[in-house]
Amino acid sequence: MAAAILLRRVPPARAQATALIAARSISDSTAPLTIETSVPFTSHIVDPPSRDVTTTPAELLTFFRDMSVMRRMEIAADSLYKAKLIRGFCHLYDGQEAVAVGMEAAITRSDSIITAYRDHCTYLARGGDLVSAFAELMGRQAGCSRGKGGSMHFYKKDANFYGGHGIVGAQVPLGCGLAFAQKYRKEETATFALYGDGAANQGQLFEALNISALWKLPAILVCENNHYGMGTAEWRAAKSPAYYKRGDYVPGLKVDGMDVLAVKQACKFAKEHAIANGPIVLEMDTYRYHGHSMSDPGSTYRTRDEISGVRQERDPIERVRKLILAHDLATAADLKDMEKEIRKEVDDAIAKAKESPMPDTSELFTNVYVKGFGVESFGADRKELRATLP
Amino acid sequence: MAAKSLREIRIAAAAGIGRRRCFSGDAAAAAAAGVAEGKVGGGAGKEVNLFTAINQALHIALDTDPRSYVFGEDVGFGGVFRCTTGLADRFGRNRVFNTPLCEQGIAGFAVGLAAMGNRAIAEIQFADYIFPAFDQIVNEAAKFRYRSGNEFNCGGLTIRSPYGAVGHGGHYHSQSPEAFFCHVPGLKVIIPRSPREAKGLLLASIRDPNPVVFFEPKWLYRLAVEEVPEEDYMLPLSEAEVIRKGSDITLIGWGAQLAVLEEACEDAAKDGISCELIDLRTLIPWDKETVEASVSKTGKLLVSHEAPITGGFGAEIAASITERCFQRLEAPVARVCGLDTPFPLVYETFYMPTKNKVLDAIKATVNY
Repeated sequence: MAAAILLRRVPPARAQATALIAARSISDSTAPLTIETSVPFTSHIVDPPSRDVTTTPAELLTFFRDMSVMRRMEIAADSLYKAKLIRGFCHLYDGQEAVAVGMEAAITRSDSIITAYRDHCTYLARGGDLVSAFAELMGRQAGCSRGKGGSMHFYKKDANFYGGHGIVGAQVPLGCGLAFAQKYRKEETATFALYGDGAANQGQLFEALNISALWKLPAILVCENNHYGMGTAEWRAAKSPAYYKRGDYVPGLKVDGMDVLAVKQACKFAKEHAIANGPIVLEMDTYRYHGHSMSDPGSTYRTRDEISGVRQERDPIERVRKLILAHDLATAADLKDMEKEIRKEVDDAIAKAKESPMPDTSELFTNVYVKGFGVESFGADRKELRATLP
Repeated sequence: MAAKSLREIRIAAAAGIGRRRCFSGDAAAAAAAGVAEGKVGGGAGKEVNLFTAINQALHIALDTDPRSYVFGEDVGFGGVFRCTTGLADRFGRNRVFNTPLCEQGIAGFAVGLAAMGNRAIAEIQFADYIFPAFDQIVNEAAKFRYRSGNEFNCGGLTIRSPYGAVGHGGHYHSQSPEAFFCHVPGLKVIIPRSPREAKGLLLASIRDPNPVVFFEPKWLYRLAVEEVPEEDYMLPLSEAEVIRKGSDITLIGWGAQLAVLEEACEDAAKDGISCELIDLRTLIPWDKETVEASVSKTGKLLVSHEAPITGGFGAEIAASITERCFQRLEAPVARVCGLDTPFPLVYETFYMPTKNKVLDAIKATVNY
């Protein structure tokens, strides 16, 4: 699965380059490797899965690469926003990459994912490519939502990525609806509905929990706890910041969301649980390096020391880098080279995305209704100008 | 307030943005119309922007009534638009506090707080996020007095929320939902156009014995700068203001749209068209008399707002004025509004009721 992610995103020329490097010193072995999670899982009314996670050298390298691509993309998006090439509101995911990557490694594209507006990296994890990501960010035709969504509204139907939602917490009940459809069709698939620790205090969350438990829906409610709901620390907003216990009668698991292997293990466990027994809450203990959105410097409600401390102690990419080096799966220089290539790959994608034109002006009126049924556009003087649009 | 100071309006940060500015109206015209001048204190003020004017009003509201409270998402730190800066430090965290991200809870909590005789000043961070709170506002707040036969009310409730376009806000940071609330008897809906107006209208809203939804034009938070009296003053609710006298056509708008309409008035004047410009200020209950008097004089009416045209509050104005002034109208009422599409991310300017669209409609109506 993980290897498939790599192949889907990497253009042929890149794949070849990877192969060349692999021939040098990077391990492409698929021999099983067992690694213990950073910390034990903490659970609520369920027996937690084992801390021993089975992976392979190839998978670890894929994790490293996928997370590094995401990190680089978000840093580039930061620059593009500041250059006013990205407009609208933009929320970056750097720091939280292990959640998107670990989850994808545990499930298939028949499973559904739905999230809020911090959605760029989930889109990549679901197989989205960099060019359509950047094109969407910049509001271009080649974007994954044809330039009509922007940063907050990425979607990928062929990978069951239901996007990309603007209102805090509103996507979680939608996730229950997806899960009901999956159960009804007897697909043996599940839906991962992602939300933040801020959204965890929305009433809709509890409505969603109740109906999914009542009807035993294969829904996994994933709380990406980055510890700040916009500018408010979790302890200021939540009486109980133990989000994995918030389901009360719904089982929960607290996971180190900075440990991609722990995320993978937890998601695999949760999917099996959800299909057999109904909903489960996963609390991913993670961290966002950037502010809430581009208009938040991210340093007024937390200290710079806190941020740099997380970078040094818990960074998800550095954790995998250490594992790779400790197991002699590649050299430090190999990984540096890979990061250099990623930087170029991202720059190339931005250049390509910039070539894509803005959406056609008529797109302003499309998709309001099917075929624009009933939609009329009026000129300033309604008497002179009236057109029923396609 | 001296006529001169009213003229001292400037375009803040005009470089780069420049499309909008604060507009307080022509002082002479306002004085001639006898509008609201007497209600503003005579004290000198400093030039401040709109978020600072809001901030001043909140300071005064908390200072003058110990039973007033300010709360909402991130307001303890000053809020995302800095409107609540310094409040928590001065009045303490028991009176100015952050809430969790739960708009329905914020609104319901505010109704209960107000029902105990307090002034609950709640912030919904963007008007786009007010819909989870819609039920509490429409079903609980608005009807509390009516359904309890006046035994209970939540008149101390004021919900503040930034509304409208900012140039690049996209689908969920740009909407103008005022018309939804104008369909709810029991609520008042207020939208100010400038810093001085914002301060006086917000204080009046907070002290009004009815629940008020107060939408703030977020585009103008930093952009609009004018002299604002430092003292405590209120501007009357449900009183429209004629901010430019004219004879050929009446233009009505509210909030940030006033600046667009004023520019259109100036351009129309170059073509010899004399426009009378009215700031409605309070959308419900609205000042039909002022509008009627103006339309009876000019015989033509244009209404303009950012919200989509269909079912917008402009439709209500057009219908009411047609009823009242049918014999006097010389042309159909023109509406220059947002399009009937979701608020777009790209091509926002196509969606918006821009100056040139307004100007075209002025000419078409005058030459009807």
